[in-house]
Amino acid sequence: MKFLVCISNVPDTTTKIAFTPDNKEFNKAGVQFVINPWDEYALTRAIELKEAQGGGTVTVLNVGEADTEPNIRKALAIGADDAIRVNAFPKDAFFVAQQIASIAKDGGYDVILMGKESIDYNGFQVHGMVGELLGIPTVAPAMKLDMSGNTATLEREIEGGKEIVEVNTPFVASCQQPMCEPRIPNMRGIMTARTKPLKVVEPVGDAPRTEVAAYALPPKKEGVKLIPAENAGELIKLLRNEAKVI
Amino acid sequence: MSVLVVVECDGGEVKKSSLEVASYGSQVAQLLGTTATAIAVGEATEANLAQLGEQGITKVLYDAEPRLKDFVNGAYTKLIAAAAQQEDSKVIVLANSNIGAAVGSRLSVRLQASLATNVVELPKNDGGQFTVKRGAFSGKAFADVVLSGDRKILAVKKNSIEALHEAGKTAQVESFSAQLTDADFADAPKQVVMQEQTGGVLLPEADKVVSGGRGMKGPENWNLIEDLAKALGAATACSKPVSDVDWRPHHEHVGQTGITVSPNLYIACGISGAIQHLAGVNSSKVIVVINKDPEAPFFKAADYGIVGDVFDVLPKLTQAVKELG
Ligand SMILES: Cc1cc2nc3c(=O)[nH]c(=O)nc-3n(C[C@H](O)[C@H](O)[C@H](O)COP(=O)(O)OP(=O)(O)OC[C@H]3O[C@@H](n4cnc5c(N)ncnc54)[C@H](O)[C@@H]3O)c2cc1C
Repeated sequence: MKFLVCISNVPDTTTKIAFTPDNKEFNKAGVQFVINPWDEYALTRAIELKEAQGGGTVTVLNVGEADTEPNIRKALAIGADDAIRVNAFPKDAFFVAQQIASIAKDGGYDVILMGKESIDYNGFQVHGMVGELLGIPTVAPAMKLDMSGNTATLEREIEGGKEIVEVNTPFVASCQQPMCEPRIPNMRGIMTARTKPLKVVEPVGDAPRTEVAAYALPPKKEGVKLIPAENAGELIKLLRNEAKVI
Repeated sequence: MSVLVVVECDGGEVKKSSLEVASYGSQVAQLLGTTATAIAVGEATEANLAQLGEQGITKVLYDAEPRLKDFVNGAYTKLIAAAAQQEDSKVIVLANSNIGAAVGSRLSVRLQASLATNVVELPKNDGGQFTVKRGAFSGKAFADVVLSGDRKILAVKKNSIEALHEAGKTAQVESFSAQLTDADFADAPKQVVMQEQTGGVLLPEADKVVSGGRGMKGPENWNLIEDLAKALGAATACSKPVSDVDWRPHHEHVGQTGITVSPNLYIACGISGAIQHLAGVNSSKVIVVINKDPEAPFFKAADYGIVGDVFDVLPKLTQAVKELG
């Protein structure tokens, strides 16, 4: 079975968000980039399923400029077999989906996995776009994925519950907790990752359909109003009479 | 040309987030000088759908095909696309829910539309430039997004728009058929499992949330969280380590890698306020923090705080809510 796992390169989860002076771009200065945490579930689950099947391949795919390669190598160190980088800045979700669909179409992948969303742009869009571009089912967001032959059984989160969905390959799933315990690279993985193939290809497709005109930070909080623990009940009165939320 | 609003129903009722979406859609229609039509999905009653008039909807389309009761991405996408075609809709509005995001993303490709998710405000339509504000960086920032396509799809974040209630206005309910085939139901669920919710309030839809962290010490103490939640009519939630060790189920975990919530009131009990937790809750209108450590970072993000022991403070709060009557 051939797995394609899409990873995005995002600011570390502890990053304080700041923008360039014109507010048009995220300010990368001094920021550490990591594999999108949701994508780690997709990557680890693909590797687990490949191991359980005793064969097959896991290819990682990233749409990004050369500075994303350390995280692609990290994915290889975790256990992917090879990697593809589409050499372009990921302009919007549709642009990224077009790249993934184009690689998937030519590569004959059975299962396409990715994280639920990226923690920077929080689109939660790419999975469905890829499914529609390829004309195959999408299951999003998936909390569990098992394979038996060409049939996958997934648990899909819905508001207030979950659904059990069965689909045949090929399909797309966007992954989230508690699908698996994300793996971290070991020494052997890091050594072998250096020699695994990383192919760079040029982007395809139409222009993006959305553009960020400006970013903004939320307004600052006024500061906390402290209520002494002895008079805890006072808080409830404030929530009713002052904040008017109960 | 009308604005098309996707309304999700559950057990015969329109979901709260869909009342917000309907209100959003009718205001967009007003902005564009047209009317708003809804396409309802899920299990609905005609009386409930007619009530969408209160949110400014003129007409509701409904396909009574029984297999549409549960979410099926293939079938919903086809149904909504057919409704958009019939209504010649240039703008489609849906909830930024698991259903909305799954179907909205497929729909955007099928209809060649620009898509914005996580939308938090009404759009601006200045000189033909259509811009919406959306949450980004896990709630740590906002982005103004220009949608260039001829068609636009907007997925509206829960609790970011006030639902309208124009008492007495009704919408006209019309039956609608997208001529769905068996193939459209290829990804139909085999089974649906609903989870138990505290006081029947769904976390993603809740407008009040009481949340517990590692400071609660163990699952045997969660009755303190549940009692306060029940008294307030709130949903319960937790931090990631709490669900990681199975004190609480995963679907209660809020934060950067959990559920994002934006209730009117978020009460954090024994949670330190790590940046990844804040990411999922900091767009709540009012944040209350109870922590025995005065240096806990959460106090910086809070509106109200109590420096104290949760085991002492929580029963007092529950008592005070009950006394409000
Ligand atoms: C990639 C990544 C993603 C993450 N995603 C998330 C996420 O989505 N959601 C999330 O929550 N976390 C997430 N985390 C984890 C996050 O960094 C913190 O570890 C977590 O939020 C801490 O949970 P906590 O506040 O419950 O526990 P702790 O940090 O252990 O804090 C417990 C708090 O309870 C207080 N306390 C203890 N006893 C009492 C008492 N008796 N009365 C009152 N207060 C008391 C303590 O003073 C302390 O502040 C993520 C981390 C990473 C690396």
